[in-house]
Amino acid sequence: MSEAESSAAGAAAGEAAAAAAVAPVTARETVYCGVCSLPPEYCEFGSTVKKCMDWLEKNNPSLHQKLYSSEALESKMGTMTLEAQQKAEKDLAKKQQKEELRQEREAAKKKASLVYIKRVERTKRKFVTVVAGIELFDLSVKTVAKDFGKKFACGSSVTKSAAGTEEITVQGDLSEEIWDELTEKYGIDEDNIKQIDESKKKSAS
Amino acid sequence: MFKKPVSASGKTKIKSSVQRNIRQKICEQFPLLAPNIDDVLPKKAQLDLIKAPDKISLYALDNQVLFFQHHDDAIMPHLKVVHKYPQCFPTVQVDRGAIRFILGGAQLMCPGLTSPGAKLPPAEENIPEGTVVVINAEGKENACMVGVLKMSSEDIKRLNKGNGVENCHYLGDGLWKMEEA
Repeated sequence: MSEAESSAAGAAAGEAAAAAAVAPVTARETVYCGVCSLPPEYCEFGSTVKKCMDWLEKNNPSLHQKLYSSEALESKMGTMTLEAQQKAEKDLAKKQQKEELRQEREAAKKKASLVYIKRVERTKRKFVTVVAGIELFDLSVKTVAKDFGKKFACGSSVTKSAAGTEEITVQGDLSEEIWDELTEKYGIDEDNIKQIDESKKKSAS
Repeated sequence: MFKKPVSASGKTKIKSSVQRNIRQKICEQFPLLAPNIDDVLPKKAQLDLIKAPDKISLYALDNQVLFFQHHDDAIMPHLKVVHKYPQCFPTVQVDRGAIRFILGGAQLMCPGLTSPGAKLPPAEENIPEGTVVVINAEGKENACMVGVLKMSSEDIKRLNKGNGVENCHYLGDGLWKMEEA
């Protein structure tokens, strides 16, 4: 396929003067890796090779076969000197280890992080529900706020808290509903959600 | 250019007259792309201008960055465009050893362009200095970098030393990842 392309490119270059007359070529579709977002052939240079491989095997077995078969692996090493190869491998291994460590740390952090659902009193019998901390779960605050508004048919907005972090303010007392929604739709573990009732504190003051 | 994540500030619509100019410039710069320009940049489409730091402007269509430009320099294609129309851009090839450095954002040095695994155009198709080129890699189908030639392709062969191509946009850099967000 690459041969056919290069010859086509050569022909096109020859007719560069009459380029405007050359028939348009069709766009080529490229597959991108779902893990690292690069074209799969470049996955091997990233730090998530293992995951990329698994992803490709699942989603595009034929390409996986082509890229990771033993023949392909052998031919790849053809033109590099042994020394450069070793150096590259060493570098890559180091990078991968670092990446793994980073992921572990992140996972641990995620486990420890909490989502707060606060019920805040407005006037006597009116409440707003404040949801803080969902950005730690790779969710976009803005879109989730919009979804809440749609789901519960109420006002839902992103506000800045005193600490400077963004939180979602939903009008009405929806703590229970939001709890369900967070666990079911967004897959946040129940242990990571904490409900706080601020109404009593406020009324006391 | 995009080693750090791009923090875009604001998206504005481009005037149709300005858009026409951009179109024309792209056609002039990449004569091979000219027959395909209607596919890449439909005439009626509304381009968006996204401003990035350091006087970089990104031209986007439907939230997809197609081209980018530093100040008033040459317009450069986004790698996704290059992947779609690989034969429409002047191309050079680097050897395998250079790939990992490119993906790390390094400048492209001449030896990586002249070794056995690499490919430069023959003497009669010399690419002059300052041209925007697409960098392909040995044994790969897709391009991995877009850059500007620091010296003509003949000079690269002759001198074989120093910085050959300036790395402007590579796979996995800030601009590439911006689209993922």
